[in-house]
Amino acid sequence: MVTWLQEKWFYVVIMALALIVPFFVPNRYIFQIIIMSCLFAIGALSLNLILGYTGQASLAHGAFFGIGAYGVAILTTTLGWSFWAALPVAALSSAFLGLIVGIPALRTRGAYFAIATLCLGEIVVLVAGNWTGLTGGQNGIVGIKPPDAIPIPMIGEISFQSQTSQYYLVLAFLLLTIFIMHRLVYSLKGLTFMAIRNNEVLAEAVGINTTKAKLLSFVVANFFAGMAGGIYASLISSISPSVASLKITFDFLLYVLLGGAASLAGPILGAFALPVLMEYLQFLHGYQMIVFGVLLVVVIIYCPRGLMGGITNLLAKINNKRMGS
Amino acid sequence: MLKLKNVTTMIGEHQVILDVSLEIAEGDFVALLGGNGAGKSTLFRTIAGVLSPSRGKVEFKGEAIHKYPAHKIVGKGLCLCPEGRLLFPQLPVYKNLMLGAYRRKDKRDIKDSLEQVYALFPILKERRKQMAGTFSGGEQQMLAIGRAIMSKPQMLLLDEPSMGLAPLIVEGIADAISTLNKTGITVFLSEQNAQIALMITRHGYVLENGSLVLEGLSADLLQNEKVKKAYLGT
Amino acid sequence: MDLFLQQIFNGVMLGSTYAIVALGLTLVYGILQIPNFAHGHMYMLGAYVCFFLITVVAIPYWPAVAVTAAFMAGGGVVLEWLAYRPLRHESPINSLIAALGALIVLENGVIALWGPQGHRIGNPFPAVFDVLGITMSGQRLLVIVIGVALMLLLQLFIKKTTLGSTIEAVAQNQEGAMLVGINVNLVSSLTFAISTGLAAVAACLVAPIFMISPSMGAMLGMKAFIICILGGLGSVPGAIFGGLILGLIEALGGGYISSAYKDVFAFGALVLILAIKPTGLFGKEVQGRW
Repeated sequence: MVTWLQEKWFYVVIMALALIVPFFVPNRYIFQIIIMSCLFAIGALSLNLILGYTGQASLAHGAFFGIGAYGVAILTTTLGWSFWAALPVAALSSAFLGLIVGIPALRTRGAYFAIATLCLGEIVVLVAGNWTGLTGGQNGIVGIKPPDAIPIPMIGEISFQSQTSQYYLVLAFLLLTIFIMHRLVYSLKGLTFMAIRNNEVLAEAVGINTTKAKLLSFVVANFFAGMAGGIYASLISSISPSVASLKITFDFLLYVLLGGAASLAGPILGAFALPVLMEYLQFLHGYQMIVFGVLLVVVIIYCPRGLMGGITNLLAKINNKRMGS
Repeated sequence: MLKLKNVTTMIGEHQVILDVSLEIAEGDFVALLGGNGAGKSTLFRTIAGVLSPSRGKVEFKGEAIHKYPAHKIVGKGLCLCPEGRLLFPQLPVYKNLMLGAYRRKDKRDIKDSLEQVYALFPILKERRKQMAGTFSGGEQQMLAIGRAIMSKPQMLLLDEPSMGLAPLIVEGIADAISTLNKTGITVFLSEQNAQIALMITRHGYVLENGSLVLEGLSADLLQNEKVKKAYLGT
Repeated sequence: MDLFLQQIFNGVMLGSTYAIVALGLTLVYGILQIPNFAHGHMYMLGAYVCFFLITVVAIPYWPAVAVTAAFMAGGGVVLEWLAYRPLRHESPINSLIAALGALIVLENGVIALWGPQGHRIGNPFPAVFDVLGITMSGQRLLVIVIGVALMLLLQLFIKKTTLGSTIEAVAQNQEGAMLVGINVNLVSSLTFAISTGLAAVAACLVAPIFMISPSMGAMLGMKAFIICILGGLGSVPGAIFGGLILGLIEALGGGYISSAYKDVFAFGALVLILAIKPTGLFGKEVQGRW
């Protein structure tokens, strides 16, 4: 137990800090950013499964996030379901669509796959914007209630009206996601994924069923994207077609790539660092995005493995110095 | 004509070529032997400018060329016919050949070179409109050599021309290469097939794990015990 | 029948525009082995530069088109040099991010300079012809004529000139090209220049017909990808063919079935085709970096 603590002390500290965040957060606005970052971290981690581990660039991730969001929105508002019933159904719908779409799409590779998923994503946005009967068209769906309270026998209930309770909810889901991703990535399946990323042809030659593996990672990833989307809808109370848009996809892509793909910490780091950066750039008003675009180009050129890559390099250098002396 | 002084080439973290020094005189016909992974292609690509040596110098006709990019070195009269041929598969034969002459300033003599190539490899003339990618291995090798000749090189580097070819074809190509050398082109030939390489060349080097371990007259090397065991299968 | 022919005309006009833009994209793919995701936005910038030259600097239409083409050709070279060349040896996804950064700068830069609303360029060729019951506006006819002319010129350039064959050479075997003395960097820049210059001309031709807006590049860029995939990434005839097909699908689908969902047809068609033939209609086995 003691050695485990010695090795993992860093993570324990982060966990502890995460748990006491609500006591130190200065205002509602910043709290909201933190909550959203946790949610987007789930989305980024799931994209990382496809991108970082099997090496496929899915540009439809925002669409699957959106499907989860619309799933919860429609089920809770139009059909009056409880959030807790709607969420798994929405996430599963996302996964199921991922399965249907993935079977033909994953026959393509590389740039072709990226563009195929790009188009699929656009179809989802277009349908969401035009199928007014189901999705409310361009106006979307409003009045989505926050998650229903969970009754606890004899004590009362946990309600999710306050930001603090919403934060812990999202944190719990994030931890669940991290746990599952960790088990998946460090399992035999995970090694299979990485084998495919490194050299798909070779992986096939050694008998790995690459189609099954790619499909598995795609479906699982989309499940989590849908789950994140469903929670998002419930917290933000109104959604429109933009929730499935390319912008969301690119946001996830940035979190993963700038944070560091193929690591579990990278996407989480990215999901927090980038919104913080955007906030800092707010003072530039109209020029905010231009500066962001320039920074993007500069960072990806000088830090091709993202922040985590830079950090690992730094740690390696420090380690080398220590061992050398 | 070609001088290598302590050339070391890295690929990633790996030292593939270690401290190689050699000298090839004008008009000479020299072989480079070595097994798979010995570093022959890396050495040739370093000389041709595709790779940069991390240490050492490469001099051609007295000029230091190791810092030049590949396309500039071709213009100096040193041409590599690479392992894998690296032809343009969706272009017809004559375009592949004409592109070989891309760097030449003497536009009028390009026609003569083309005739020279067609004389050496008549099948290329026959099939000059056919796409390079549809050719067999042996024919592609002929085209690759032809393309290299089109640059009117003073020195030709040939990287494993016999690879993957039937013995009869190899003989034909070996003849063609010998003919080229007789016209005055300096030839540096790298081969796994030591037998034929040593039979046509005058002098030879043996590369093992990136370092030169043996050199001598080709005739002597053919009789050398170590060479016989390692490369001649006897 | 009249409606049908009219839509065919519109489809050919749209198709010519798409084909020119897709041509540039496919040429660059041949050289870079990755698609240029900022291509659509360079097209958009071309439209705005033309708009600026006509309205502010007040030069007539045709000189403005020429200057725009030259300027954007330079812009393409700059884009390659800044965003793509440094990332040549990294994962292609990094280039996607760099392109993303570039297009964010382009789109927001244009908004900062000219505002988010659309603009109009005056129509330099307002004549209208009535042929076989089809109403052909002069400008639309011009798009077709010039489009076809550019496609022919490009084919001639690539197939009949030495410089043109260097582009094919580098696209087919980069190291082989180096070994015959071709300066690959120069060819890369040249290809980008042609690619962006062509897109700029297309933008200038189409600007008087439709409105220009900062977001016009994104949708067009996506369609250009669709076309290149349809025709096979790197294939010039494929881009031309694919462009015309897409233009016709959109015009006919939009005219007969539903205008709102017209883009869905394009995207849907692509996914269907890729499901059947994962390397595109005319594509060969993916040899690229990706």
